[in-house]
Amino acid sequence: MADRFPSPFDIPTPEGAEGWQDLYAYSSLFSEDRREYEDSMFWFQDGVHWPQVLTPWDATFFEFAITSLSQYNTRHLLVPPANGIDYRILNGYAYLTPVPAPEAEIGARVEQFMQRAGHYFMNWNDLYDKWMVKIRDLVAEMEALHIEPLPEVEDFEAVVASGKGSGSGYALIDAYYRLLSSALKLWQFHFEFLNLGYAAYLDFFGFCKQVFPNIPDLAIAKMVAGVDVDLFRPDDELKRLARMARDTGVADSFVAGNVETTCENLKATDAGRAWISSFQESAEPWFNFSNGSGFYHTDKIWIENVEIPFDFITNYISLLNEGGDLARPVAAIHAERDRIVNEYTDLLTSDEEREAFAGKLGLARVVFPYVENHNFYVEHWSHSVLWRKMRSLGQIFADAGFIAEANDIFYLQRHEVPDALFDLYASWATPAPPRGPKYWPAKVADRKRIVSALKAAKPAPALGVPPEVVTEPFTVMLWGITSDSVAAWLGGGASGEGGIKGFAASPGVAEGPARVIFSADQINEIQQGEILVAPLTAPSWAPIFGKIGATVTDTGGMMSHAAIVCREYGLPAVTGTGFATSNIKTGQRIRVDGSNGTVTILED
Amino acid sequence: MSSTITWFESYWAGIKHEMGGKAASLGEMTGAGLPVPPGFGISTTAYRRTALEADLDQQLAHHLNGMDVNDTDDVSRRCAAIRDIIRTMPMPIEVEEAIRAGYLELSARSGVTDVPVAVRSSATSEDSPDASFAGEHDTYLWVRGGDDVIDAVRRCWASLFTDRATCYRVEMGYEHRSVEMCVVVQKMVRPTAAGVAFTLNPTDGDRSQIAIDSAWGFGEGVVSGEITPDNFLIDKVVREIGRRVVSVKECEFALTDHDTVEKRPLDADRASAPSLTDDQIKGIAALARTAEKHYGCPQDIEWAVDADLPEGQNIILLQARPETVWSKKAPAASSVTKSGDFMASIVSTLMSPLYSRSSADGTEAK
Repeated sequence: MADRFPSPFDIPTPEGAEGWQDLYAYSSLFSEDRREYEDSMFWFQDGVHWPQVLTPWDATFFEFAITSLSQYNTRHLLVPPANGIDYRILNGYAYLTPVPAPEAEIGARVEQFMQRAGHYFMNWNDLYDKWMVKIRDLVAEMEALHIEPLPEVEDFEAVVASGKGSGSGYALIDAYYRLLSSALKLWQFHFEFLNLGYAAYLDFFGFCKQVFPNIPDLAIAKMVAGVDVDLFRPDDELKRLARMARDTGVADSFVAGNVETTCENLKATDAGRAWISSFQESAEPWFNFSNGSGFYHTDKIWIENVEIPFDFITNYISLLNEGGDLARPVAAIHAERDRIVNEYTDLLTSDEEREAFAGKLGLARVVFPYVENHNFYVEHWSHSVLWRKMRSLGQIFADAGFIAEANDIFYLQRHEVPDALFDLYASWATPAPPRGPKYWPAKVADRKRIVSALKAAKPAPALGVPPEVVTEPFTVMLWGITSDSVAAWLGGGASGEGGIKGFAASPGVAEGPARVIFSADQINEIQQGEILVAPLTAPSWAPIFGKIGATVTDTGGMMSHAAIVCREYGLPAVTGTGFATSNIKTGQRIRVDGSNGTVTILED
Repeated sequence: MSSTITWFESYWAGIKHEMGGKAASLGEMTGAGLPVPPGFGISTTAYRRTALEADLDQQLAHHLNGMDVNDTDDVSRRCAAIRDIIRTMPMPIEVEEAIRAGYLELSARSGVTDVPVAVRSSATSEDSPDASFAGEHDTYLWVRGGDDVIDAVRRCWASLFTDRATCYRVEMGYEHRSVEMCVVVQKMVRPTAAGVAFTLNPTDGDRSQIAIDSAWGFGEGVVSGEITPDNFLIDKVVREIGRRVVSVKECEFALTDHDTVEKRPLDADRASAPSLTDDQIKGIAALARTAEKHYGCPQDIEWAVDADLPEGQNIILLQARPETVWSKKAPAASSVTKSGDFMASIVSTLMSPLYSRSSADGTEAK
């Protein structure tokens, strides 16, 4: 077995992807300029958040997110052992490397960290209340961004008579800059609490491992995890709407796969119209929900693609008609959580230990709602708004002939968009022919060709020299990367006799035919009783969790979305297997042991 | 006045004085969910009624008055005569029928005609004259059939009048006629598999786990170390089997035709097959945990899976005693982690490579 991964400088460019570097910011690329540093680090591909090739504009959230995370570690909190996370893009894929704090500085950082993090822990609920206000204000600001086509003539009342003194071209350029600054602010907000939330969780985790050396990670997660979290709200709203349709007698209006007819049917009756307005109430904000991680412009957002929630609701209605029960076993989950806590408390040997256990569990539970809920507010709701605004801008470019369709805007880097906007603005102001319609279509076509060549090549899971042991707490917690997974990657991922191994993320054993899914577009292929095998899952896949028998993912740890959702739905899950989607084929009968973290292929 | 026989599961503290220490303890364990081999106690009332009908007090006076405790030959002769009387005295018909009915019922519950039972004497209570001799009273193993059971019961009663017990009463000034005895009739366990269990992980003292050693047949080989047993590690809280090591068990301890236990070789298939099913493993773990809760400290138990009893009732507790190695050690948690200063604890957590440890353990467990 090799003892290191290939150097980033030895990774070849996939055929047909030559020139891919032009798609990304110069500072996000490996280069001779920083080769010595870059070659000394251990880089892993972030398949948890960015499993697919990034288009040029989509790299924005990757860069904003990772930099904001780093900033909190290094400049706000001074996390003693950990500096930030450095990032690169190689062949279109996102790579990360944790940067440790210099040994000599750790001691001095402790006092600062205690003061700064201590303040957050002591005032958690107040600060979290403020966060909820801040994030909603920010969403409102983003929603208010005025991205409209440039008018033939400025409005007399609003612009001329009012003495406004500036015009629509300026406003449009300004709106784009504000969109970017809102997005960066959003990511600052995202990490205001997250690292601390994980730190408190890890503290409880570490204590549990100390007093019960063999306690399953899963048991710890179950003691902390909330039951009624906002992340489940969109699915709960679907169920509520399905029940409402049944109870108000409009269930027959729903025609599978046909939203238009369904809506016409609904509009024909009072009860149907009431249902539609109830749907609209749920939609804001709960259907600002992406069918992916929220990090890709290609992720489908429910509110923009209402056929998605309508299909789910139609399915739920037929489940109800067959006498099914849509309720999550909330009471049972509560009871199980209490049982586990009580049993561990009983097993502790002194009052001192019991006090520490209760204190740490208490803190973990105070901080954990943020860890669970932020995902809806940031990656789903806020990103949905940002993607929509970007698509509006893309439509303006498309109408002006700069690009063929609105989504082509994501083949521009974020700093190229102002140039194109200025081109558009100048041509409107003068008026005179813009260069854009001659310049961008060919460029976008070329970039699309490069992106598909990059997509055809699988990314190397890791690069460079791995650490002897993976100890960086956030790397393990957020990305599920452990000494074990590094060893598995070094081994090449061949599934030996031991089968496929990963995190025992949600307990139980299930057998069934596998359904390997690579993107959210395929989730309709899933049949009742199949076992979902995917690179990762998104919380918005919740409605299919009623159909499947178990879940297996390539990436993610105990706290990944697949793990949380499966525990919630009482399904076995094995996460972070590394290679399940390569080693398992659709139709193979597999056995998933979510208690031991193993997946076995039973027959082809 | 209690009934002649009391099943272990019907036992309650109010009849302790009629049941003797052993029967009371078996009844208490059954009530606490600790599945001892099934059976019943024959109350002191049965002894008293039989003694009354046979006019035993008069016989006692006749044979024992004037006995010289220093004359061992005399003592021996007189006690033997009394024991003969007790062994042959007729039982009142209701008493005998109650015992026979109990035995039939036990056979039916075990799914076996004439189920082999142990018939044991059970001293009435701690402060009674015969208590000091509880260990000496008789035990008859592998008793089969109603007639033999009745005979064994009378033999147990007769053991009240061993030479030593009789002399002791004379020396202490106790009345011979006030002594009485309860007898326990209990199914003999015929194990398909047996072994031991610890209510903590014996390698690291982790109290959230249960370790089970198991082999085919009787548990002697596991206890003595003659057989390398299968080993299972079960999580108490999550209730999952975390580790299973199936050994090649070349022999088993099995029952011979003469009701003795002998070591026998096993064929290769059986030798390398797991000696327990997953459900049995979980059942034994649940039993061990119940024992630990009942006794309030980590336990080291002996258990067996009975061949006769129905699934779900066939896991039997043979013995429970406190675990002594880890229970005496101080918990290993560091002062930082245990201190109320949560910030210091969080700093320490972030700085310590806890994942290298948990990850290594995880690999081993797989």
